[in-house]
Amino acid sequence: MAKPTIVNRMRVLILAAHPRTVQSIAQRAMSRALEGIAGVTLRDLYALYPDFNIHAETEQEILLAHDLIVLQHPFYWYSAPAIIKEWLDIVLEAGWAYGAGGTMLAGKYLMTAISTGGRADFYHAKGRNRFTIEDLLAPFNQTAHLCGMAYLAPFVVYAARKQSAGDLATAAESYRQLIEGFARGKIDPTEHLAAGYHLPDGFKRRHAL
Amino acid sequence: MSLNDFLLGSLLYLAAAVISAPIAKRLGLGSVLGFLAAGAIIGPSVLGLVGNEGEAVKHFAEFGVIVMLFLVGLELEPSKLWQLRQKIFGLGLLQVAGTALVVGAASLVISSGWRESLAIGLILALSSTAIVLQTMEEKGTLKTPVGQSVFSVLLFQDISVIPMLALLPLLAVASAHGGDDHSASLIAGYPVWAQALFTIGAVGLVLVAGRYLMRPLFRIVADTGTREIFVAFALLIVVGITLLMGLVGLSAALGTFLAGVVLADSEYRHELEMDLQPFKGLLLAIFFIAVGAGIDFSLIASGPMLLGLSLTAFILLKLATHFGLARLFGLNGPDTSRFSFALAQGSEFGFVLITFCAGLGLLTGDMPGLLTAVIALSMAAAPLLMMLDEKVLQPRFADGDFLRDHDAVSHSGADVIIAGHGRFGMTIGRVLNAQGKRTVVLDLDSSQVDTLRRFGFKVFYGDALRLDLLEAAGAKEATVMVIAIDDREKATELVKIARHNFPHLKLLVRVFDRSHAYDLIREGVDNVYREVFGSSMDLAKDALMALGVHPYEAQRTITRFRALDEKLLRTSAAHANDESKLIDLAKQSRAEIARVFAADKGGGQTPPDVAWHDDDKSTP
Ligand SMILES: Cc1cc2nc3c(=O)[nH]c(=O)nc-3n(C[C@H](O)[C@H](O)[C@H](O)COP(=O)(O)O)c2cc1C
Repeated sequence: MAKPTIVNRMRVLILAAHPRTVQSIAQRAMSRALEGIAGVTLRDLYALYPDFNIHAETEQEILLAHDLIVLQHPFYWYSAPAIIKEWLDIVLEAGWAYGAGGTMLAGKYLMTAISTGGRADFYHAKGRNRFTIEDLLAPFNQTAHLCGMAYLAPFVVYAARKQSAGDLATAAESYRQLIEGFARGKIDPTEHLAAGYHLPDGFKRRHAL
Repeated sequence: MSLNDFLLGSLLYLAAAVISAPIAKRLGLGSVLGFLAAGAIIGPSVLGLVGNEGEAVKHFAEFGVIVMLFLVGLELEPSKLWQLRQKIFGLGLLQVAGTALVVGAASLVISSGWRESLAIGLILALSSTAIVLQTMEEKGTLKTPVGQSVFSVLLFQDISVIPMLALLPLLAVASAHGGDDHSASLIAGYPVWAQALFTIGAVGLVLVAGRYLMRPLFRIVADTGTREIFVAFALLIVVGITLLMGLVGLSAALGTFLAGVVLADSEYRHELEMDLQPFKGLLLAIFFIAVGAGIDFSLIASGPMLLGLSLTAFILLKLATHFGLARLFGLNGPDTSRFSFALAQGSEFGFVLITFCAGLGLLTGDMPGLLTAVIALSMAAAPLLMMLDEKVLQPRFADGDFLRDHDAVSHSGADVIIAGHGRFGMTIGRVLNAQGKRTVVLDLDSSQVDTLRRFGFKVFYGDALRLDLLEAAGAKEATVMVIAIDDREKATELVKIARHNFPHLKLLVRVFDRSHAYDLIREGVDNVYREVFGSSMDLAKDALMALGVHPYEAQRTITRFRALDEKLLRTSAAHANDESKLIDLAKQSRAEIARVFAADKGGGQTPPDVAWHDDDKSTP
């Protein structure tokens, strides 16, 4: 696979969504870990849109100013909390993100960063949850593909609340290193694509690959 | 006057004020009338408790009028004054000229000739700034459009006194060296052009000093942090301007008014207002009492017929002229009436002009006495006349009895009828219009209707309680009726009418408080909206957020609280008359709210994830 010769710095947008921030442990630790990294914007969707009245234009403008979009949230019912879905429904308009002329996101990167209640071994064809995390995140994978984006391997903190404070801190730290690596151009995102992900044509055109 | 005399006089005036004001208020008469009556009672004609010093007291208390105009000026920024220019110089000029001609012409019947009549006309054209402004301020009507018209006229009258003082001597050519020293200012000896220069200079001085000198001075004075000094400085300014204007023969009221305008956008405005307010109130009270005391009952007794006729004729002529003018200037029915009645009396400045003209030989024989009595009595009648307008005529306007007819309401298949387009209904209308819904709006406040029309809203003047009007508005075809009238009884009444005649209409009703909501819920209305409930919820939410609560949490809290409170409202409605039951329900509701929020918070505990991460044996 051809790759860009130089790794570029990326402007990273974290779209964080947790409906009950007061009760959050894992997500809070993850958000805290990102504080102070240059080139990283964190937006708390539930705080910005407590009435779910998401403003598409604002969000689109912000998207355009970033290269890597991270959906960071607790894993709820094998998916994302409601506002993430609402955000996708409202912001990724036809003719803007997809469909005829919808190329505004092409060439950008999408990643999911989640914490789960279930242990890693549950997420397995033979495990209690019967599917792998990657299987369950297929809608995000395909969303990225349709929009001409590169979909990166998800960052997962399993059994987040069962972890000791120390373990959680370690997980949060590796999350920070990953994001900071992307932001500073130290980590090559194309080496972090989700398993088996083929870059869509829109992405390749944008990067002249 | 010895100190004791002074104190005794003060005692009498203050006692009269303190006793009369509450009584007049209780009787619903307004304080001005109370003061006038109290003055008449303690005056020489009745009890004789105060005597000849009344004149001196009046002059002293006229200072209250000056302070009042300063305060009026403070509330009127230059830009607003500029907006009033047409009213001041159009309506004001026509009022003075028109009334002077009409009243003057009528006075030919009793005067010695056209010169005397013209003088009479000019004297009587003026209205009492003190009475009118005080009364309107008490009623809160000064800021309304008609209040502004009245004010503009009063302002022009004040201005017009200056040329009057200059021109009346010319009228008195007969008495070649007329003019006592009422106009005698220090500059009287100079040629006219120099006088004009002095006058312009004085006004300019007030304006420039107000703009550039007073503010820094105020800052210095305010920095002392001594309130008394600040008050003293404020009074110093007013007194200073009064004297300066006196020097050049200008109206002091006008001068202080201008100073007030100049200071209107300064940061000290509110402090000035607060500090001068008591002086104004007290001085005006004394002024009104002095006017009351000055009413010469013996004169009334000696020629009751002539006086009675003159007084009636004067008031009627003035009313008629004002009616005509108001119509000419496009005021609507109710406002025409308000305007005309407000200004239908003589002015305190008339007394000064009478003495002035008598000195010129323009007024002869019994005329000065008669005019003085007419003015004084018309001033006494003024509050009564305004009350007549307010209590008798205005309600009939509101009932649509005369002058302003209900508008011919047209609708092209409206979706919504909005009854009441005040602050509440207007917002609703705007939202509905934004969604392209067709609204028909009915409102009973005619000036509001006119204003809104100018802003392009489709608003009709009319009483929504009238069945024919509702039908004309399309009640049969409409889907929804919004009842947003700010009158509790009328709202309830309209609900009954609508439910009875247009049962298909979905009613959404603004209510005032819980008990009003109970009434309507029992009337069968589901959609009741407590008028300030929504905004208090909004504020509560922002308060939570200001305390660091996450916005989404705050939003949910408010939504749930609201739902629980609405539920309480509805269950309580059935027991509206049973207080102990209501208390019971309120307590239950509070417990429920506590329970819901506790559960929601997980008792402050972070809910465990056990079910997600432990092997669950019960899972099939
Ligand atoms: C409504 C809800 C749904 C959940 N659904 C899942 C799920 O499908 N799979 C899972 O592994 N954990 C699930 N969990 C557990 C959350 O993922 C876990 O509590 C969260 O990641 C911990 O992060 P926090 O401390 O920031 O809240 C769920 C939790 C809640 C409250």
